[in-house]
Amino acid sequence: MKEDNSVPSSEPTVIARYGRAQSGSRVHVTIRGLSKRFDTSQIYDGFDLDIPSGRLLSIFGPNGCGKSTLMNMIAGLIPADAGEILFNNKPLRAIKFGYVFQNYREALFPWLRSLDNIEYPLKLMNLGKAERRARVENLIARLGVAIDLYRYPYELSGGQQQLISIMRALVVEPEILFLDEPFSALDYEMTLFMRDQLQRIFIETRTTTVLVSHDLEEAVYLADHILLLSRKPAQIADYVGFEARRPRSNTTLSEPDFVNVKAHCLDVFQRQVRNQ
Amino acid sequence: MKRFDPNRLLPVIGVGALIAVWYLAAWYQIIDPVLLPSPTQSFRAMWTGMAGGELGFDFLKTVERTTLSILIAAAIAIPLGIFLGSSEKLYRSVEFVIDFFRSTPASALFPLFLVVFGVGDATKVAVAAFGAGLVILFNVAYGVMNARKTRLLAAKVMGASPLRILTDVMLLESLPQTFVGLRNGVSLALVIIIVAEMFIGSTDGLGHRVFEAQQLFAMPDMYAAIFAAGALGYGLNLLFLTIERRFVHWAGK
Repeated sequence: MKEDNSVPSSEPTVIARYGRAQSGSRVHVTIRGLSKRFDTSQIYDGFDLDIPSGRLLSIFGPNGCGKSTLMNMIAGLIPADAGEILFNNKPLRAIKFGYVFQNYREALFPWLRSLDNIEYPLKLMNLGKAERRARVENLIARLGVAIDLYRYPYELSGGQQQLISIMRALVVEPEILFLDEPFSALDYEMTLFMRDQLQRIFIETRTTTVLVSHDLEEAVYLADHILLLSRKPAQIADYVGFEARRPRSNTTLSEPDFVNVKAHCLDVFQRQVRNQ
Repeated sequence: MKRFDPNRLLPVIGVGALIAVWYLAAWYQIIDPVLLPSPTQSFRAMWTGMAGGELGFDFLKTVERTTLSILIAAAIAIPLGIFLGSSEKLYRSVEFVIDFFRSTPASALFPLFLVVFGVGDATKVAVAAFGAGLVILFNVAYGVMNARKTRLLAAKVMGASPLRILTDVMLLESLPQTFVGLRNGVSLALVIIIVAEMFIGSTDGLGHRVFEAQQLFAMPDMYAAIFAAGALGYGLNLLFLTIERRFVHWAGK
């Protein structure tokens, strides 16, 4: 079963069996011996991974290999059968984190104004009204968001709603931000716009970010590291670094570095798809 | 100034056509004039009846009974529906009983309720509350059970306790369905009250008025009472729809 690295690879990339990231970045999340089974299929079996601190990690892989499952286990939405996940040696319950769902329409609270949606997690932390308002204002100023937050989510465009979701996740100043295919429900124009919004937010906050994506271009464009998963039981097929300077823009998409990394990822991906 | 949209007059066409046909039928005596008086006679009966006459008093009695029964029904069914709906297993275990009595015509329960509550207002209100309560109950329970999983998960991920998830998310999620239940419940309650007023030792109420007018062959009065009942049903539905739009502004969005 464990043939993940048996195919000889000639591309000059950083390949690490346990996902040891490139030099220069501290490890934020350590995952050891992670296992998960759904009914009869073993999705993960003794999976190890290190997620670097203050970087943006994209997870990409064949359909149904468990990209979202991996992130949801890290974020505690799905319990793992076995294994250990630590955030700077702390368990999940000891840290603050943010999670952004793919379906913003169902993740936001339509009965609350956008502003109250963003404030909601602060309310759960029992912060007073003035403190909550100050934190949100601060976030708005930092991110340079220009949306009428007194509107209800359903009065906003899809991209704006997802931006509200992201702000709701960021307002608690999380150690780590999880995004589950955040732009896949948006049209292409909005996706391009939102990519750059997310990049700006990342540059501004430098929060460790984990992004599950089904769009390779997006995965590479946004990432410092791209985690390529094999078919199930998922192993690390490759762990690729992409170090182009930020802010990246449309010209990044045609630079040789981007083209090479994307081509390599596609190659690894297709080998995984064909492997079965 | 906003220009008047002629399309807003469309609903008037049906009303106008109905009254025109009625006038013609009465004019040419297509139907026995004793059975079908002219619209003018009927509306005059309605006007004098509602303005200080007996019809107005009966109208208010029916409003009072219907309101009382829907209040009792809502006070019991909404909390119970939330409780039952919060656990799918719990609801499944009582679902058959609810569906069975929901399917039982409430009028079949009159004799039973008469034995328990005696001949009086209590029986009428109790049967109506029972019928309406079951409709509200199952709508509320389904509203809670069908709360969007993503929304509950979102609250959980943000650290909300199970109690907060119930009060902050589930309750509001079930609100649109609760209003569907209230609207259906109030329609049913009105039907039951009117029937009860006709046949269960009543001396007042719209049902009593319709029945008595028919017995006395006072046809304009009977039509007047029927229209009053229709107006009441329509008005109650409109009232709940208006509250719903105000209150549950996000429904269907």
